[in-house]
Amino acid sequence: MSASGHERASRHVTGDALYVHDLAVRDPATLHAWPVQSVHAHARVTAIDGGDALRMPGVRALLTARDVPGAKTIGPVRHDEPLFPDEVCYHGQPVAWVLADGESQARAAAARVRVAYEVLPAVLSIQAAIAADSFLTEPQAIVAGDPDAALGAASHRLAGELHVGGQEHFYLEMQCAWVHRDATGGFVVHSSTQHPAETQATVAHVLDVPAHRVVCESLRMGGAFGGKESQANLFAAIAALGCHVTGRPVVVRLDRRRDMTITGKRHPFFARYEVGFDGDGRLQALVVELCSDGGYSLDLSNAILGRALFHIDNCYRVPHLRVRGRVARTHLPSNTAMRGFGGPQAMVVVEEVVDRVARTLGLPPEVVRQRNFYRPGDRTHYGQQVRDAERIDRIWRELLATSDYASRRAAIDAWNTAHPHAKRGLAITPVKFGISFTTTALNQAGALVLVYRDGSVQVNHGGTEMGQGLHSKVLAIAVRTLGVAPQQVRMMPTRTDKVPNTSATAASSGSDLNGEAVRRACDELRGRLLPVAAAMLGCADDEVGITDGVVRGGGRELPFAEVVERAYQQRSPLFATGYYATPGIHFDAAAGRGEPFRYFAWGAAVAEVEVDGFTGAHRLRAVDILHDVGDSLAPAIDRGQIEGGFLQGMGWLTCEQVVFGADGALRSRGASTYKLPGVGECPPRFVVNMLSRATEPGAVFGSKAVGEPPLMLAIAVREALRDAVAAFGGGGPVALACPSVPETVFWAIQAVRRAPAATAAAADDQRPRSCR
Amino acid sequence: MSAAFEFTLNGRPIAVAGVDPNTTLLAFLRARGLTGTKESCAEGECGACAVAVVVAHARGSRFQAVNSCLVLLPEVAGGEVWTVEGVCGGAPEDLHPVQRSLAEHNGSQCGYCTPGFVMSLFAGYYDTPRSEPRALLAGNLCRCTGYRPICEAAAALPAPTAGDVHVARLQRAAPGPTAVEYGAGGAHFHRPTTLEQALALRARHPDATLLAGGTDLVVEHNQEGRRHERVIALSAVAALRAIEDRADEFVVGATATWHDVLQRLGDRVPMLAQMVPLFASPLIRNRGTLGGNLTTASPVGDAAPVLLALDTNVEVASATARRTLPLREWFLGYRRTALQPDELLVAIRIPKVQPTASRFYKVSKRELDDISSVSAAVAVWQHGGRVTQARFAFGGVAATPVLASAAGAALVGRSLDAAALRDCQAAVRSAFTPIDDVRASAAYRAAMLESLLAKFWSEVAP
Repeated sequence: MSASGHERASRHVTGDALYVHDLAVRDPATLHAWPVQSVHAHARVTAIDGGDALRMPGVRALLTARDVPGAKTIGPVRHDEPLFPDEVCYHGQPVAWVLADGESQARAAAARVRVAYEVLPAVLSIQAAIAADSFLTEPQAIVAGDPDAALGAASHRLAGELHVGGQEHFYLEMQCAWVHRDATGGFVVHSSTQHPAETQATVAHVLDVPAHRVVCESLRMGGAFGGKESQANLFAAIAALGCHVTGRPVVVRLDRRRDMTITGKRHPFFARYEVGFDGDGRLQALVVELCSDGGYSLDLSNAILGRALFHIDNCYRVPHLRVRGRVARTHLPSNTAMRGFGGPQAMVVVEEVVDRVARTLGLPPEVVRQRNFYRPGDRTHYGQQVRDAERIDRIWRELLATSDYASRRAAIDAWNTAHPHAKRGLAITPVKFGISFTTTALNQAGALVLVYRDGSVQVNHGGTEMGQGLHSKVLAIAVRTLGVAPQQVRMMPTRTDKVPNTSATAASSGSDLNGEAVRRACDELRGRLLPVAAAMLGCADDEVGITDGVVRGGGRELPFAEVVERAYQQRSPLFATGYYATPGIHFDAAAGRGEPFRYFAWGAAVAEVEVDGFTGAHRLRAVDILHDVGDSLAPAIDRGQIEGGFLQGMGWLTCEQVVFGADGALRSRGASTYKLPGVGECPPRFVVNMLSRATEPGAVFGSKAVGEPPLMLAIAVREALRDAVAAFGGGGPVALACPSVPETVFWAIQAVRRAPAATAAAADDQRPRSCR
Repeated sequence: MSAAFEFTLNGRPIAVAGVDPNTTLLAFLRARGLTGTKESCAEGECGACAVAVVVAHARGSRFQAVNSCLVLLPEVAGGEVWTVEGVCGGAPEDLHPVQRSLAEHNGSQCGYCTPGFVMSLFAGYYDTPRSEPRALLAGNLCRCTGYRPICEAAAALPAPTAGDVHVARLQRAAPGPTAVEYGAGGAHFHRPTTLEQALALRARHPDATLLAGGTDLVVEHNQEGRRHERVIALSAVAALRAIEDRADEFVVGATATWHDVLQRLGDRVPMLAQMVPLFASPLIRNRGTLGGNLTTASPVGDAAPVLLALDTNVEVASATARRTLPLREWFLGYRRTALQPDELLVAIRIPKVQPTASRFYKVSKRELDDISSVSAAVAVWQHGGRVTQARFAFGGVAATPVLASAAGAALVGRSLDAAALRDCQAAVRSAFTPIDDVRASAAYRAAMLESLLAKFWSEVAP
């Protein structure tokens, strides 16, 4: 395979790559767990009768609250998630867990556990939560300038509202944890988790043991996308509890329906906005109220809302801006991190605003977008200088040229004139995404690098591998820094006994943080080896070069292993830790001011779609992307992140629809009722380029984070759909609900056909109302 | 009743004994430590569990990829199954060409879906001609890559080499369908090989579950945890799998797979050629059957509207009698048919005379491998610019698939003009009251009834 390709690809294609459940089924002593799920969205549990279930074949235990020796509630920020609720707060919430020799036995027994409920009223939407004053947080706000005065002074004003849909992670590997005891009485937790340190801590709290008794390993995940940042913890805790109670290994593996009905999703958002602008479409004031649906517990919702507040500007300079937000509490699964972490929802809103401004004025949206871009020297609404602001203008011009935008625009207009029943649409949208955890303390990482006397190397770091290619990138960093050959390095499974107190692999920060920590550890080892090598080669330290496992200097060369052996004989330590804390970032939440981000990732995408006027069915015809990854550590991996992120974003905006019933039960609860993009959604033309001359001084080897930013490139598809819908009408703004599934698009077409100008006029009457 | 059976797994014989017949092939493989085969959706939508089976073919045999989550284990009795662990030579450097191509093209990220893609590609690798990558992979989902590298890996595959052990295998015949009488854990599995045996079993066990391709039944088994005390599998009855070309009709055996229907009738019945690729992925088409789709009687089954519009008859049999009835009399209510407890659906008889113009339309959130919100089959027979016969059939708008008889009748004797369209739209508007569900609103479904007719008019009589 290619040098920059995926480190584990050959194990993937043979089926040799093991995931947690694959480990568990190899141990015949393992007990299998199955949840007893609530059949109400909100109810008091008055009795649990497991008598019949416990008499069924193979059944070993029914786990309930009285089995818990330690903490009975968990949660990544606020401990508000009971392991065994006496008041269920969403339909499908686990009430108890059955353990049996076989999974089908556990499942059959779980169906026989009788739970008595006293039903309570449920809040099942953001609107209902606002009406009931049901919130998980106090409001957050960021204010720049004097937005009220600027709105009043603006020559043009618009107001509107938008509901942005949620998204199921649909990682192909469902949540899974397998726990067994080790020879010294410790608990070994194999978890499909993005956050082994927090999983370890959760297990320790629940079992009431010190953290040192628990080792959490995350070998690899079959996808995560944020869904295993906090929400793997519950299942690890249940498996550990089962192991504690029975003394046997226990695996908790959710099937797809259990996974979809129990775990949270990307937050739906409700937005109201009012914008003031001039006759050229320049934004002068923007006031946005956001309300997200947090579900029943806090989880990471406040930070997710915070990232939405940070990204309401996208790439646009708005001199007077106020964005406020609050997290609603509903009786639904607790919504959680997902790729973009609130940023995408906010950016969908501001792109809607800018498009409406453009169409209201009869200006091309791409012109209005470009006209509002940040310029060098500008600061964001939270006061951070927009470093490299000129990049978005450069990206825009290059992409307009390489995608042949102007001539395609003309060709599409001609095609549309000739086709009354189908229309094509074209759009270009920009992305600016802030890189760093916005909770500053999380921006730290550690590494442990071990060199053995034969010159082979083990690399440990705190980041987890979920398919994003982190281990491949870190391997490349270790190889480059130490000068060894790739086959001399073994990337070790992520374990909490190698690097403690790590942060989640999240916020696109995996390689920035862990890569730099590994680089520092390798650099220290290299620093110890250079003088040893110089003495062996008879040259100065700075004349020694190490590449591909060969040490050169003074016209001679030695194998790396010989230098290592000499260093050992000289009693030089052949292991090192590396530690990195992102410098220079800070944020004052009360003031809404600071420098929360190390840098920004930039990009833009052009999308072309075709829409069937009879049904609203649509097809993505072409995509052109220009994205800023700095100096790529692994171009093939980065391209994979860009393409995969784009398609995931497109799924969120165009075909994936999370649907709950009136009883609060999830109706889109499997692959047949929840449609993520298939191979047919991959556009026939999919051109991806990475920005040249883009070295990022603030990250390892000049690279940039790439996990999340490309997802928001997919907003181009939504705006292209809007452009196509507009072609069915006579001009003016186009209301388009989100997600834009065929039905949504069909109604939008009907609306523009009936009264092209009416949608704008109706929306103008609306004024933002507070989420309180 | 036997407590054991055998099959061939990755080229080696395997004895199965004492395993509950309700066990899926996927669960069996994983319990044996063959964990390369993954579970993800457990309803035949994602392909992570794909394996290859050897089936009969004109020139020896061929591989067919199937979802192992939808195969009850006794269905592979006497058969031959290949998994991701078996396709390569064993050593890491002996990757199968499809494995090497996927790895070289960066076709995996998290790797969890990858074995399923390998198996779809593996089966397709030996087909002549090969399917287009997008058609071949319609039943495999990947959440990481965006598919571009996987399609390129598929497009870059070389021709099989002369020394390929699998090529040699395919020059031999596939294992023939064998009779199975298997029981374990209190459950029974019958697989007769003649229609007489099947009808006798049906008469003896009217409460037994009938199994055709399993693409609906085993979904329910997986999703609802349903267990079957007694199963009668119909896949080994040769008479039920045949597709005959008679003087004035095509007679399709009830358990002919969608793959076979498309191969044999795709260029003879245009609406089937339109419908089948939209209806189901290759992984499903290789198992799912026409008769199963009609007998399960889902209101959103895509086959029924097409067959209703083509004025199809169905033939049913019991141990003592045979009868033929029009398909429009087959659907009695939500998932209820005219099939009696001692009867089997035997054949589907499709008239050969095709409409002058016909279209199948499917409205769904995703173009391929999705379940319809609304489906419509529109067929018009014309002579001298006048309609002599018209049939409009819909799925997803009522408790059963329905033929909109009044709308069709309203068109006879007329030309396909705007006034005729308006009258047909009025007729369907008054005939249906669709419902809201997870896939679409009632209002949208109602709008689609009329809109799809307009689409037909625009395409056929612009």
